[in-house]
Amino acid sequence: MSAVMERRETPATAQVKTRRRWLTRKTAPYVFISPFFILFAVFGLFPLLFTIYLSFHYWDPSTGLGGMKWVGFENFTFVLTDDWFHKSLYNTFWIALVSGVPQHLAAIPLAFFLHTRLSRWRNAVVGLYFLPFITSTVAISLVFTSLFSRDYGLINVLLTQMGQWEIAGLRPLSWVFPTENIDWNDPGYTKWVISFVVWWRYVGWNTVLYLSALQTIPKDLYEAASIDGASRRQQFWHITVPLLRPMMFLAITLSIIGNLQLFEEPFILTGGLGPGGTSIGGPDQAGKTAAMHMYATAYIESDFGTASAVAWLLFLIIAMMTWANNKAFKEKS
Amino acid sequence: MERRIILDPGQWIAFMVVAVGAMIMLGPFYFMFVFATHSNTDILSVPPPVWFGGQFVANVQVLLDKLPYFWNNLGVSFYVAVITTALNLFFCSLAGYAFATYEFRFKNLLFMIVMSTLLIPPFLGMIPTTLIMTLFGWMNEPRALYLPMACSALGVFLMRQYISSAIPRELLEAARMDGCGEFATFRHIVLPLTGPAMGTLGLITFITSWNNFMTPLVVMRDMEMYTVPLALRALQGSGQVPWGAICAGSSIAVAPLLIIFILASRRLIEGMTAGALKG
Repeated sequence: MSAVMERRETPATAQVKTRRRWLTRKTAPYVFISPFFILFAVFGLFPLLFTIYLSFHYWDPSTGLGGMKWVGFENFTFVLTDDWFHKSLYNTFWIALVSGVPQHLAAIPLAFFLHTRLSRWRNAVVGLYFLPFITSTVAISLVFTSLFSRDYGLINVLLTQMGQWEIAGLRPLSWVFPTENIDWNDPGYTKWVISFVVWWRYVGWNTVLYLSALQTIPKDLYEAASIDGASRRQQFWHITVPLLRPMMFLAITLSIIGNLQLFEEPFILTGGLGPGGTSIGGPDQAGKTAAMHMYATAYIESDFGTASAVAWLLFLIIAMMTWANNKAFKEKS
Repeated sequence: MERRIILDPGQWIAFMVVAVGAMIMLGPFYFMFVFATHSNTDILSVPPPVWFGGQFVANVQVLLDKLPYFWNNLGVSFYVAVITTALNLFFCSLAGYAFATYEFRFKNLLFMIVMSTLLIPPFLGMIPTTLIMTLFGWMNEPRALYLPMACSALGVFLMRQYISSAIPRELLEAARMDGCGEFATFRHIVLPLTGPAMGTLGLITFITSWNNFMTPLVVMRDMEMYTVPLALRALQGSGQVPWGAICAGSSIAVAPLLIIFILASRRLIEGMTAGALKG
């Protein structure tokens, strides 16, 4: 506050000064918000419009800006009939579902448990589960690559050891666990590994969302229910779940938007660029998502026009899925 | 009202499941640090080490052999993250202040535009970013990383929320009566009072910038200018994978985030989810 005191002037000089100022009460707010809009125009809006423009052209950036050729809808028809795009889309949806559904199936009961059972340790436990969300995706995906390696990876060691576990000369778990090391790079497993890592990263985030919604549910609802003799399970299904619906809608929407544009996790887990830069997505490209397909088309095949068409098609798909989710939730309630 | 907690078997199972889950969440971090202190031969033996060894310095040495610019990369990451954070704090609080306290035409519309930019998927900007940065001659330049992130919509939102609830309008009026100009009011009255929100926004921005992978991937061409995530990725490749070195590098990359998280996890979680909850 001392700074204010020093700047105090007599009313007369202040008035003279205000008159000369260009930053008046009318103009100031526009000036103050302008950095956001200038930056957005240059680095947000222009790119958006430019990808639309580019998606109707053939362009290899090494030919310079003059090398753009108008091709109409050719890029779109090519992408829509391209088997690799279909495959990457299939992979994207597969991973989105297999990582997304368990995220919510784990997060809701976990949040409920934390909310009802833990008070002193709640923040610490929430923190533990949230930690994966803030970590460097690249660093942690590299660590997972090590844990999932075939011959020495800790996960294989753990799985095969558990199958060997003996009780009184019997191996009760040998049915469940593999006897041989699993090759997680095998096309049949790639998507499972990616989905697991994605699940691991976002389950805490969803838990926090649900927990914050649970905290807004009035306690007396539960008290009234338990006076009426409702069990904890009944309370969960008849009070918690219905009142969580708005948050479920939001969290699922965020999952759809996020999971359909997965890039970093599958990119690192499948080894980034293979030899020659072509085998992006691991063996048989089983882990290639649509966003990776866009990256590969642009930066490996140097076809920026087609890549822009991929980008816009993916955007439309995300928008459609979000809309469908919206519709599904509205109809039910 | 005293309530005795007696756990039935179902609740015991729930506790166990939550504990196992917490171990799954922490496990990768634990083994990242453990492997960072072991030689490659140790890591590749069966069973792998489960407790810390003494090879951390040797692993960093291997890391530096493979990535001769690693300290540079760390420097680039820090430089970009610090500048991004500083610019964000300034621009976001300025915009947040305008949205929180001024009345002006199109205010609601403009604010809606700010919030709706959160819906644009980042990958849409990937290709044109390459073009813009080439046109500006910013390839390989740190400014290509910090300028696009210099004023985030989430930041504007957080600052608006905080300023509108924490700073009384009377205070601003008083300053104006005393002849304080519009910017001076912001600089001398508002800014010093936004501490807690600045802390949260600063940490979020730092983490986001530190973890950013997509923009550096398409903008940074020389290994010398790589950020840490980009440099770490370069360790993946043909030949023997130096797991010890990778884990040492990953530990170094994750350490600042862990420190931040331990210091301010609660505030961080609240800040990060605020955009989702109220936006």
